[in-house]
Amino acid sequence: MKANTPAERLVNGIIKENPTFVLVLGMCPTLAVTTSAINGIGMGLTTTVVLAMSNLMISLLRKFIPDGVRMPAFIVVVASFVTIVQMLLQGFIPSLYSALGIYIPLIVVNCIILGRAEAYASKNPPIPSLFDGIGMGLGFTLSITCIGAVRELLGAGQIFGHQILPLAAGGKFGYEPITIFILAPGAFFVLAMLAALQNKFKIGAAKRGIDPSEGCGCCAGCDTCNNTMCKGGKEA
Amino acid sequence: MKELLLILVSSAIVNNVVLSQFLGLCPFFGVSKRIETAAGMGGAIIFVITLSSFVTGLIYNFILVPTHMEYLQTIVFILIIAALVQFVEMFLKKGMPALYQSLGVYLPLITTNCAVLGVALTNVQKSYNILQGTVNGFATAVGFTISITLMAGIREKIEYNDVPESFQGFPKVLLTAGLMAIAFFGFSGLLK
Repeated sequence: MKANTPAERLVNGIIKENPTFVLVLGMCPTLAVTTSAINGIGMGLTTTVVLAMSNLMISLLRKFIPDGVRMPAFIVVVASFVTIVQMLLQGFIPSLYSALGIYIPLIVVNCIILGRAEAYASKNPPIPSLFDGIGMGLGFTLSITCIGAVRELLGAGQIFGHQILPLAAGGKFGYEPITIFILAPGAFFVLAMLAALQNKFKIGAAKRGIDPSEGCGCCAGCDTCNNTMCKGGKEA
Repeated sequence: MKELLLILVSSAIVNNVVLSQFLGLCPFFGVSKRIETAAGMGGAIIFVITLSSFVTGLIYNFILVPTHMEYLQTIVFILIIAALVQFVEMFLKKGMPALYQSLGVYLPLITTNCAVLGVALTNVQKSYNILQGTVNGFATAVGFTISITLMAGIREKIEYNDVPESFQGFPKVLLTAGLMAIAFFGFSGLLK
């Protein structure tokens, strides 16, 4: 696929450089708000909007922002969009606003956003940057919705609030919810299992002689937001 | 006084910033390979968070509230934190070279630590006054230091263990964090 076309950018964000599973960025919201699938979608879409808008804006401003102050400038742009989105959510979807709570303003320090601003939007024209933001955002949404769905299924027997597994009640045989998966430790366990699965596929692919494509946007992401996490994760 | 003590225990141990609120996970996973570096990071975090929760408290209560611009809090706080970290770095470099030597490398990492912004926002959300906010910031940072140091200790021990291939690296660390989170869960009986 040709580089930098909108379609290529979308696929890149959703699959090839999936921010959660490949680049391992933005861990805080990934673990914190995924107590249910619906929260995951809400957080993901909120982040997508901020990511797309800030990518577009930064790309438009890329020729005017002096190199020396670009990080503060990016942060101001991102923080403005986060504030706008936060007010919109508070006004129109109050239930989601209270479910996500403090994690909405914390989108500002989500490494995915500053990482993309630095690695992509500050060097590319507006249209590809917009689609890069949308692709990355959807990739993030997809992964945290999956994590949310797994946690909700194991922890309450539900997906999107629908009872999938019948609960054991009144002596009848049924599913006994493992509540710990909705609590804090469950987030770590689910992510650990998903990461281990991913490792397994990578190792399998390497054994069959296929070079497992490592996301290289990560390096840029690390440098920009000083996120040592993916470095640590890969070396460890 | 009793109230401050309550905030201290609750933020440092019961609602541990890393293990139950998931803030500051990046340094928690990234800088927890050796105990010395983990403790160094913890020291830097205590310093910066205590200072930043004091300064953001001052600015929120004396500038944003009187001028009815509370909605600007996210933008203002993140800029204050970024500027503060820069200042602290310059000040330490000039004034206390020894301390700078030990904390220096961690300081720039802190701006994007979501725990710093998280504490500033929590202080506003729970409408703490400046003293309570500063105590909350200090306690949160102590909680962070406790968990990252413990984590580093455990990681040093399991470094050479025979772990299945797929669980090498990141999954192993996540599982450890999960077990630690369960242990910290036990503290929730402390406050009722």
